[in-house]
Amino acid sequence: MKDQLNQNSYEPRARSRKQRRIYGFKLKPVIFTFVFILFTLAFNLLSFNLSAQQQRFPKPEFETGYEQPSPLTPEPRALAMEYFDVLVLLLVLAAATYFALKSRSRQGILWLSVFTLVYFGFYRNGCICSIGAIQNVTLTFFDSGYAISLTALLFFILPLLFTLFFGRTFCAGACPLGAIQDLVVIKPISLPKWLNKTLGLIPYIYLALAVLFAATGTDFIICRYDPFVGIFRMDAKFHMIILGIAFLLMGMFVARPYCRFLCPYGVLLSWMSRFSKWHLTITPSKCIQCKLCTHSCPFDAIDFPTNEKEVVKSGLGPKRFITYALVVPLWIALGVFVGAKSHTFLSKANQDVYLAELLISKPELKNDPDNIDVQTFLAAGKSMEQLVADANLIRKKFYTGSMIAGGFLGLVIGMTLLNTVVFRKRQDYEPHKGNCYSCARCVDYCPVEK
Amino acid sequence: MENKNKAQSRRKFITNGVRASLLLSLGALSVSALKKVSGEGYVWQIDPFKCTQCGRCATECVLNPSAVKCIHAFDLCGYCDLCGGYLKPDANAQSTAAENQLCPTAAIERKFIEEPYFEYHIDEDLCIGCGKCVAGCTSFGNGSMHLQIMHHICVNCNECAIARVCPSDAISRVKASEAYNVKGDFTNHSEA
Repeated sequence: MKDQLNQNSYEPRARSRKQRRIYGFKLKPVIFTFVFILFTLAFNLLSFNLSAQQQRFPKPEFETGYEQPSPLTPEPRALAMEYFDVLVLLLVLAAATYFALKSRSRQGILWLSVFTLVYFGFYRNGCICSIGAIQNVTLTFFDSGYAISLTALLFFILPLLFTLFFGRTFCAGACPLGAIQDLVVIKPISLPKWLNKTLGLIPYIYLALAVLFAATGTDFIICRYDPFVGIFRMDAKFHMIILGIAFLLMGMFVARPYCRFLCPYGVLLSWMSRFSKWHLTITPSKCIQCKLCTHSCPFDAIDFPTNEKEVVKSGLGPKRFITYALVVPLWIALGVFVGAKSHTFLSKANQDVYLAELLISKPELKNDPDNIDVQTFLAAGKSMEQLVADANLIRKKFYTGSMIAGGFLGLVIGMTLLNTVVFRKRQDYEPHKGNCYSCARCVDYCPVEK
Repeated sequence: MENKNKAQSRRKFITNGVRASLLLSLGALSVSALKKVSGEGYVWQIDPFKCTQCGRCATECVLNPSAVKCIHAFDLCGYCDLCGGYLKPDANAQSTAAENQLCPTAAIERKFIEEPYFEYHIDEDLCIGCGKCVAGCTSFGNGSMHLQIMHHICVNCNECAIARVCPSDAISRVKASEAYNVKGDFTNHSEA
């Protein structure tokens, strides 16, 4: 790579200029071609032997004893520091788990989230984060040229592992995005169940799109539209800052809006948490049905005891279950269909596809000197056919990808509907394992002593 | 009572089974990713030979001013009096007056060395990474001025916002141990 760069350093530019100039004359093309070949040969020989001769203006030999400075190249953050971040994540996860499950202390979780906000948020600028690591892992499997860093992989895996055993303690204390939202909760309102369920589908869409865009090498949308990273950095594009502040303002009343209705990593965590071995419990021993905790959860994640009579009366039962179960394949088919239909639209996000489409639909843009993309493409000497071929290849990937994503979303919608008719007997007030962030607010309300 | 216990143990069995399979799939995922994992850190850097000085580095970086700065490879510089990176090509007069300077922030300092040579030094705090001087130096001079991502400023985003829109695909991930593509160094390294 380097050798190639070195060889290409100066000659091509100079040569192509010569080439153009010579072709400009139409007289005696044969002789000129001959001369040109000779010249190129000589040029190559020269440039291979004496690389200093490539320079248009050779470096002067100073007589006054001038010492040439060297350009400053400050080192990037040390790799050891990246591993230190992983260690901090591990410690914070362990502490969050301890506070949520063992010492059952809301205070502890609160101070831990302050630490997370300061360290992973403001000090580390919200990057690297587990949410964005989804895309790095995806890209690893789809781009052979990409090597994931160990840090990114660990940031992806560790919280999932912890969640599989202890519930979403990562959300409670180790995620800077969760922490900043958790700290602004002032007067949370309870959303109706149907709204919670419907908005709860958005993370699945976000996850599907993020994986699709990362797999096609188009974009890292999770990082690009992270609403809080601009606040952590204290510097971002205007609209992203506005979005971040809007989320925080909304978060005062609708607690943790990003976590509940957007976070794509939350989808994976929720899957893990549903099957967690030890999960936070509201009461340390036996529920006494005092109902003190019912309004303590700002995230509507506490499941109430089921009223069997009501269930029977409403006619929810096996019949409906079977109907909904039979409809699931239809949802999947619909998803695949929608995915296939929308792949052209989605693929426009890719720069190559966008450029190819632009040049086909508006060929006059080739004469527009202000269009940087078009001008750079023309100057690079890549042929139009090559560009279209590349774009077609990417679009094909989008075709398969968006069908899979659509099918996945269809399955999710079908299963969500199916879940609404599944009846689970519950006698006590329990946290919903999938949606509970293990923030331990409810624990504070429980009067039961150990 | 016995019935209830049965139901509970069945649910427990299913939960345990699903947990085990989730654990297995996580393990499989990490093992297959570990095959490609690299112990090295990665950072973003510009390939100066691909860069076309479009000016997006100044505007697209998540930081303001951009983490992209002009770097001067003194090794390649001709120390010209009439510097294509320093002076505007259509300057009113051949003087170093502000209106004749190419740099919009006057970040290039010109220092007299000896007749007729001048050293050009870039003030990093003023540089916004617009690449105007780079374009001038590359087309009229040796191309010693070029853009680089400065790693004490760069926050190393998961995906570089400039790389996404770079028209010449000049920005890519490089190993953190070789974090810079300084032009002079290219020649030095390969010759050594």
